[in-house]
Amino acid sequence: MNVMQIAERATATATAKMTARGVQVHYGENHALKDVDVDILAGTVTAFIGPSGCGKSTFLRCLNRMNDTVASARVTGEIRLDGEDIYDRRVDPVTLRARVGMVFQKPNPFPKSIYENVAYGPRIHGLTRNRAELDQVVETSLRKAALWNEVKDRLQAPGTGLSGGQQQRLCIARAIATAPEVLLMDEPCSALDPIATAQVEELIDELHTQFSVVIVTHSMQQAARVSQRTAFFHLGHLVEYGETGQIFTNPRDPRTESYITGRIG
Amino acid sequence: MGIGLLILIVLGLAGCGFLLGRQRALSLVEGDARRLHSLPSYYGWSVLLFTAVPALLLTAAWLFLQPTVVAHRVAASIPEATVTARGGLDLVMTDIRRISEGLDLIARREGLDTKAVAALGTDTALKERLGAVGVAAGAGSDPAVFDAALAWRETSAGLHRAMTIAVLLLAAAGFLFAFLRISPALRARNLVEQFVLVLLISCSLIAVATTFGIIASLVAESWSFFRIYPASEFFLSTVWNPKFGGGSQLGLWPLVWGTIYVSLIALAVAVPIGLLAAIYLSEYATPRLRATVKPLLEILAGIPSIVYGLFALITVGPILRDWFAMPMGLGASSSSVMTAGVVMGIMLIPYVSSLSDDIINAVPQAMRDGSFGLGATQSETVKRVVLPAALPGIVGAVLLAASRAIGETMIVVMGAGAAAKLSLNPFEAMTTVTVKIVSQLTGDTEFASPETLVAFALGLTLFCFTLALNVAALVIVRKYREQYE
Ligand SMILES: Nc1ncnc2c1ncn2[C@@H]1O[C@H](COP(=O)(O)OP(=O)(O)OP(=O)(O)O)[C@@H](O)[C@H]1O
Ligand SMILES: [Mg+2]
Repeated sequence: MNVMQIAERATATATAKMTARGVQVHYGENHALKDVDVDILAGTVTAFIGPSGCGKSTFLRCLNRMNDTVASARVTGEIRLDGEDIYDRRVDPVTLRARVGMVFQKPNPFPKSIYENVAYGPRIHGLTRNRAELDQVVETSLRKAALWNEVKDRLQAPGTGLSGGQQQRLCIARAIATAPEVLLMDEPCSALDPIATAQVEELIDELHTQFSVVIVTHSMQQAARVSQRTAFFHLGHLVEYGETGQIFTNPRDPRTESYITGRIG
Repeated sequence: MGIGLLILIVLGLAGCGFLLGRQRALSLVEGDARRLHSLPSYYGWSVLLFTAVPALLLTAAWLFLQPTVVAHRVAASIPEATVTARGGLDLVMTDIRRISEGLDLIARREGLDTKAVAALGTDTALKERLGAVGVAAGAGSDPAVFDAALAWRETSAGLHRAMTIAVLLLAAAGFLFAFLRISPALRARNLVEQFVLVLLISCSLIAVATTFGIIASLVAESWSFFRIYPASEFFLSTVWNPKFGGGSQLGLWPLVWGTIYVSLIALAVAVPIGLLAAIYLSEYATPRLRATVKPLLEILAGIPSIVYGLFALITVGPILRDWFAMPMGLGASSSSVMTAGVVMGIMLIPYVSSLSDDIINAVPQAMRDGSFGLGATQSETVKRVVLPAALPGIVGAVLLAASRAIGETMIVVMGAGAAAKLSLNPFEAMTTVTVKIVSQLTGDTEFASPETLVAFALGLTLFCFTLALNVAALVIVRKYREQYE
């Protein structure tokens, strides 16, 4: 990819949508995340990169309190969404997760029909007034996730009967049908072929005009292609965080440089 | 030679076969096991199996068939007059078998040889001597019967000797065949694999065959019932009124209705409570709480049903009568469908909850994460994702509970009484099919009467019932599988 193109990419001078300060995560004795400070900007795609096991998914799960479901996980520090501390006692994690949606690393469609999978979020949050509107939401979400053409004739077929890549796109459609403000995507393209990957990247590009997107990826090219800002994690530390162009062309930390050029990881 | 000794010899030969076969395989390749097709012990196993299995099978088959063959031969030699005088061939054969057993015992106790045993026929004290070894045989003094008993002993002994020789020969032949067959290229491993396969298949065949045997015996006895009692009466009459003197009315429906009614009440108690308890335990409870509550619930499952019966008799029955039935004017009996149903429901709670808990736990965590990640609450997740995914298993658990409810006898006897009635009032005493099977079979009537034989027809009905239930379960589960996987 043309280096200059990345460097010159316009980064919106946007306000911070989510701010994380001094976030630490322990899984029992295992100190998985150490003192992480990150600002997720509004209307921006942020990429998290780093070697396997460095805590990317862990941090992502902190942002919508999915770590609450892991009994051994303990999160400290402060994470704010629109200035409000999401770990505050008054915040309901359920409403938080409706605002901060998530696509998981492994596709996990529900054992329901394709239609019901996508309609799940709108149904439980009462986002639509009638069946026609719901149909509309399902169709738009599936179209955005680049799945519509493949499944439009079998919306009542089980979602678990799709191929791995199709399942992952179904999960993406399911997440955007809920209309979150921030969308967290954990390696959404790891099971996809190049064409579907391109479609999902297109989708991410389209989405970030409406909401913030955070994407975890192992593909440097993908991070460079889709994101405006990039965070590099290593062994539980946030090593470097900045504009994608700067990270890829002019990293400040030697560890970042080694990772990007393929020497560690 | 006794059977035990014979089997020991065969097994010993087989054990030697194992060692020698292994040895031979190794010596054929001069100790270099890598040149063998299989590990050395597989060659040993092949000899062992070829030695033991055919010989033991022959023993089993021979022992199974021998009495029939002996009976056939002896029966042919009994004079017609004796048969008619003693009331039928079956009775005579029973006597002959008993006397020959008695003679065996006497011979063993007093060390008599064949001639001395034959001489017993003229002993006037034969009856007493037979009595002394625990055999009551009034027919011993009949010379024809005594001769037949002697013939029985002789034939048996001859056949037994033949069996011993045949089995030993077969074992030796198997041993030699397998031993000489060993060569480095022999696929002993595959051979053993096939033997294991055959073994597994025959075990499952035994299970299936037993089922068919049970059905066959039920059908046979039911058949003789329907020959002396009209089937239309049995299936269409709504009155159950067995009489000892004959002229009984044996209508099926009051019993079936009792069974269904009690089971429905039991399930109405057990399924909601058990399922909700399972949901609490698997989805909400902390691991520590779960670790204590689950075993406690399972203790309930270990209580014998007769104890539940006592509970129904002395606690639940009177409470239901005093607090519900009497105030509502529905009856004054402490034995009622309600009592039995409620207590049976309590008994079934741990079945439903324990099975459902396992099934719910088997739903992958990723499903729940997906739902939580979309902002669903815990109960929405349970209702919309976890339960539908676990449904086939839960249906299975409920049907298992249902078949237990249908088959339960003790609680019904003690809780619901023994009166066969067709009534909707849940506070009235009723009874079920299983209870009546017991009481008809243990009644005082003669075995060949319709009052006794009806038990088999009832058993067959019950069997068809649970079969239909299982088939229904299978259909339901399969349907949801298609939809959910
Ligand atoms: N549920 C859990 N329980 C205990 N430890 C966990 C759990 N999830 C993650 N960890 C630990 O936390 C650390 C970070 O894991 P995490 O899943 O965040 O890595 P990652 O950067 O997403 O890796 P990958 O790129 O392979 O997905 C690892 O050491 C892992 O063993
Ligand atoms: Mg991860």
